[in-house]
Amino acid sequence: MSEPFDPQKWKPASFLPEAEARDPALIFVIGVLCFLACLMGLGVIAGARAAQGWASQLTGEATVIVRARGGETPDAAAARAAEALASVAGVTEARALEKEKAYALIEPWLGDVSDLDDLPVPRLVAVGLDDRKPATAETLDKALKAQGIDAVVDDHSVWIKDIKRAAGVVQWTAAAIFLLIAGAAGAVVAFATRAGIAARRDVVEVLHLAGAEDAQIANLFEMRFARIAAIAGAAGAGAAAALGGVLRLMGGEQGITPALPITWIDLIAVTPCPIWAALVAAVAARITARRLIQRL
Amino acid sequence: MSRNASDAADPTSDEILRFSNVSMRYGRGPEVLSDVSLSLPRGSFHFVTGPSGAGKSSLLKLIYLAARPAAGSVRLFGEDVTGMAPKDQPKVRRRIGVVFQDLLLLDHLSAFDNTALPLRIAGHKASEYRNDVAELLTWVGLGQRMHALPPTLAGGEKQRLAIARAVVNRPEILLADEPTGNVDHDMALRIYRLFVELNRLGTTVIIATHDQDLVARSARPVLHLDRGRLRPMPPQGPAE
Repeated sequence: MSEPFDPQKWKPASFLPEAEARDPALIFVIGVLCFLACLMGLGVIAGARAAQGWASQLTGEATVIVRARGGETPDAAAARAAEALASVAGVTEARALEKEKAYALIEPWLGDVSDLDDLPVPRLVAVGLDDRKPATAETLDKALKAQGIDAVVDDHSVWIKDIKRAAGVVQWTAAAIFLLIAGAAGAVVAFATRAGIAARRDVVEVLHLAGAEDAQIANLFEMRFARIAAIAGAAGAGAAAALGGVLRLMGGEQGITPALPITWIDLIAVTPCPIWAALVAAVAARITARRLIQRL
Repeated sequence: MSRNASDAADPTSDEILRFSNVSMRYGRGPEVLSDVSLSLPRGSFHFVTGPSGAGKSSLLKLIYLAARPAAGSVRLFGEDVTGMAPKDQPKVRRRIGVVFQDLLLLDHLSAFDNTALPLRIAGHKASEYRNDVAELLTWVGLGQRMHALPPTLAGGEKQRLAIARAVVNRPEILLADEPTGNVDHDMALRIYRLFVELNRLGTTVIIATHDQDLVARSARPVLHLDRGRLRPMPPQGPAE
């Protein structure tokens, strides 16, 4: 025999059934979409860090190719160039590289170049630049010309521009895919809301005829789908964070690959996912529910 | 729970409902109500009778704003509700209790939750009405079934639950569409006495029914519909 009903202990039940048969499928679909969105987000963060790292490596240095002229030996010309460059503002270090390094650069084209002392092979000067206020290629070129040194300055600006452009393309593409996934999640929720209202037309009708306002009824569906999406979002974000953690552990310091370095702190980026998922679901459910209720 | 008996448009009016030359059709179909005019005083008790398809349910739908007339006008609580905007309808509906022909109970809610539904919609706090709801359910004979879900209730119990839900917020008008359609004779009489009791408490009652025996037993005025047209009939039985 069941316990007698005590009105004092009564708690109002939800107007909508607590659970529907389609809820697990909906949670799975939204969860997968959130998982993909979080992975995309982690990829964008890691990609941005990789691009920034490469760019900062390249902007921190310049290479000068020095050609000897007027009877001066290549080593002497390189030494003079290093000396001239060391005194330029924005240069932290200027160092003439050994001839072996210059030879190593032309070896792929000329083969064994161990005995090229008779040829005026250009020498290289590695220039370290101040990170905060680096000297420009023009400044370095002017300083070299002032000393009458025949040299070409390469500050890697072409590479840096290409890297930044590539990183920008990757980030915008990832952002577009992220928005696409969020849109798909919204569409799934809107579709589920429509199906939910169709399946619960009896509840909507009763509430409507009992004097409920459209906003009250829409709010029920809004809260319901926001809750489902938040659960799915948490599951998707958790799975993405777990995968990110595994990649981080497998790859050591640099993550799974130097191209996409994931750090532990990056995993925090997935935490807003349940909130975003709930917001997208709430907005989609509100719009869909209000439209459908007004047509009843 | 407080009774919302104010008549904002005309507080002194004794008339609660007026139909003026009302016609109604569904979509582009034929007229289900034709040129219906009536005026009901506050606190009255009327039966609406007529054969199937005569327009009884349609007449009630016009009153609880689930349909609009194709022609004519409807005044309710002294206010013209003929073309009332959807956003204004809830506050009018909250003054009306309806026992639907198919009951429209929510199967996933207990008898207690089903009954409390109109009060929750109106924004009342549980502490304000939980005792009233329990008392009402006891009054309709469901004191031992408050926790029961509608699918577990017998036909008469469901009917009484639907009545409890319809009257819980002390409506000014109670509409009942075939409230004794699926119950035996004794239960029909019990339900009728329930309506009489509510009417004594001041509620205007309009019952659409096929039950000629029930109509004959009462001394209530009858609005007889025949193919959508209203033909007033005299009371058909002794006063109780």
